[in-house]
Amino acid sequence: MHLIVVGLSHKTAPVEIRERLAVPESRLGEALTRLCSYPGVKEGILLSTCNRVEVYSVVEDVDTGYGRIQEFLADTHLSLSSEQLTPHLYWHTGDRAIAHLFRVASSLDSMIIGESQILGQLKDAFEVALAHKTTGVIMNKVVKKAISVAKRVRTETKIAEMAVSVSYAAVELAKKIFSNLHEKTVLLVGAGEMAKLAAKHLIANGVGHVRITTRTPQHAVELAERFGGIAVPFDQFKDDMASADIVLVSTGAAHYLVGAEDVHRAVQERMNRPMFLIDISVPRNIDPAVRHVDNAFLFDIDDLKHRVEQNRAERVHEAEKAERMVIEEVTMILDWMKSLEVTPTIVALRNRVEDIKRAEVEKVLGRLGHLSAQDRELVEGLASSIVNKLIHRTMVTLKNEVNSSSGPAFVEAARQFYALDRPAASTQQTGTYSESSRYLTDSRPQSEADEPTPETSVPKRAR
Amino acid sequence: MAAVCFMIALSLYIVATVSFLSYSLRRSEALSNVSLSITAVGFAFHTITLIMRMTGASSSAPPSFSDALSFFSWMIILVLLIVEFRHRIHVLGSFMVPLAIVSLISAAALPESEPTLQPVFKTLWFHVTLSMLGTVGFAVAFVAGVMYLIQDRLLKSKQFNVLYSKLPALDFLDHLNQQSIVLGFPLLTLGIVTGAISAELARGSYVSWNPEQTWAVVTWLFYFVVLLGRLTIGWRAKRAAYLTVVGFACVILTLVGVLLKGHSALS
Repeated sequence: MHLIVVGLSHKTAPVEIRERLAVPESRLGEALTRLCSYPGVKEGILLSTCNRVEVYSVVEDVDTGYGRIQEFLADTHLSLSSEQLTPHLYWHTGDRAIAHLFRVASSLDSMIIGESQILGQLKDAFEVALAHKTTGVIMNKVVKKAISVAKRVRTETKIAEMAVSVSYAAVELAKKIFSNLHEKTVLLVGAGEMAKLAAKHLIANGVGHVRITTRTPQHAVELAERFGGIAVPFDQFKDDMASADIVLVSTGAAHYLVGAEDVHRAVQERMNRPMFLIDISVPRNIDPAVRHVDNAFLFDIDDLKHRVEQNRAERVHEAEKAERMVIEEVTMILDWMKSLEVTPTIVALRNRVEDIKRAEVEKVLGRLGHLSAQDRELVEGLASSIVNKLIHRTMVTLKNEVNSSSGPAFVEAARQFYALDRPAASTQQTGTYSESSRYLTDSRPQSEADEPTPETSVPKRAR
Repeated sequence: MAAVCFMIALSLYIVATVSFLSYSLRRSEALSNVSLSITAVGFAFHTITLIMRMTGASSSAPPSFSDALSFFSWMIILVLLIVEFRHRIHVLGSFMVPLAIVSLISAAALPESEPTLQPVFKTLWFHVTLSMLGTVGFAVAFVAGVMYLIQDRLLKSKQFNVLYSKLPALDFLDHLNQQSIVLGFPLLTLGIVTGAISAELARGSYVSWNPEQTWAVVTWLFYFVVLLGRLTIGWRAKRAAYLTVVGFACVILTLVGVLLKGHSALS
């Protein structure tokens, strides 16, 4: 069993490819079911966002798995040929696949490091996969771990704390002036795109009242409706300023609309309650002399950009911490996966020798029909003790090496020595018998293996 | 035993200060809980010290000035722990714990049991307790004021540094400032009244205009004006912050006055 990921992201593929490959939510279930219908694909989850399309899967064989998933991706989108797709894809397996998933979940691989959407998207993708039963033990554990790693990164680093957009930086600054934005009023003067975005963020963060003024009265009324606010006539907005805790100015005016005197008056009217002024216009609309007015805090576009730059740098710094966490967590989950690999190997080994023993004992006992029940038990005991002693060291070694770096090598060796990877080795009675006999006694004529029925019936009589 | 507990509490507060300061000046959040835990343990030892002092001294013995200072810093830490618990503003510790330390060290430096007034009834206990509680209010207002002025400066000069990110919002600090004075002022008023009664009982006159009393009255008037200004003509935010910083200087002078009086009484 191997965990692999095949996909593309904003780092490897242009938007033209990404948008064509993206799987709409309504078709996610169907796509997953199709993915798991490919032979050798055991588990699957499909993460499709505007910045990435990735298939995480548990497959029997890595190389075939890569091929299957690539096939699946190309098939999902008839307009894309495999040749178009391949140059944009990345493939990872084992620890690198897990690390990739953890990094994606923790938003370390995002376009904007630390953004929070991706975790929700991963959770949704996981839920769809659960609903369609396309995940199993390994995937469930790994994805759940990825979610918890992302949460850990979020709480233990400041990766998501700082604003990295100008409009959000305004909210962050507002929160350093007003501890609670509820019941606060924002006055929007002019309606540039960025100002509207900032207003939206402020409202989302609790700002209760919105007042809007624009040169075109009709525009203000429309915006007021959109934001659930009140339109204020443009020639009166300066008198209205005292009622605003936050003033957001972005007009196309080529001169200062708001002077230091206006702000001073407003602050006095407000009984010195602090005022937060944001000037997103270029050229500026608020006189920079406002800086000298007590209890008025003016920030222009450069101040906001400066803050954003600082935060970006800070996020990158925090991302380094997060990367270390990811490495730590990957090591932990790899330990788990390794033990998972050893356990089935041990079980398969036991079954295999048990089958061989039973087959051989039955064969011998079939010829020694005169033995008493006691002697039969003796023969059986002898066989048991030989095979157990033979595999004892192997078992012990496998168990001991579970967590060592050579663990997988031992598992691999054991699987080869005992041919544990041959299909239906331990489940089908007849198949087992014929195969194991052939395996141990290659020189015997094939016919022996072909007539198992009388022999298998021997122990039944014996019992 | 009380002295040992006292020293342990003091040492823990000093460690906590170092921890709080490095928390406030570093990006990492790691030290916040450590600092808080150290403070809480120190507070426990401090509480033991105070209980021992109280049960040790007979009830008729008057409170010494150093006990009053120790009580003051105990209250400061208590307020810190309460505000921390409610608002999780760890940076507060970097300001409050040093204040408590200064007061504790002064308490330790003073000769131990030298009454500033002759033992008279329980009024002196009330006087000391109430005045100290009032002082705690003004001390918290002072800390909030200092923090306000720093944050105001950082915002105005657009220095978005670590301290900026750790200091709380301006209006929170202004609110804390107001609440502390609103609570501290009536307590100080009662403290002064009970002090005057004690003086009357001890010396036969309510007011003798010694440095302690003079500064107490100046302080009281000052905060009265500050409070009135805030409630009527909007002396809030930056002005309130400045005023409470100045006001606390009056408080310190009053306490120095108490000390001088104690010494003059001795000589």
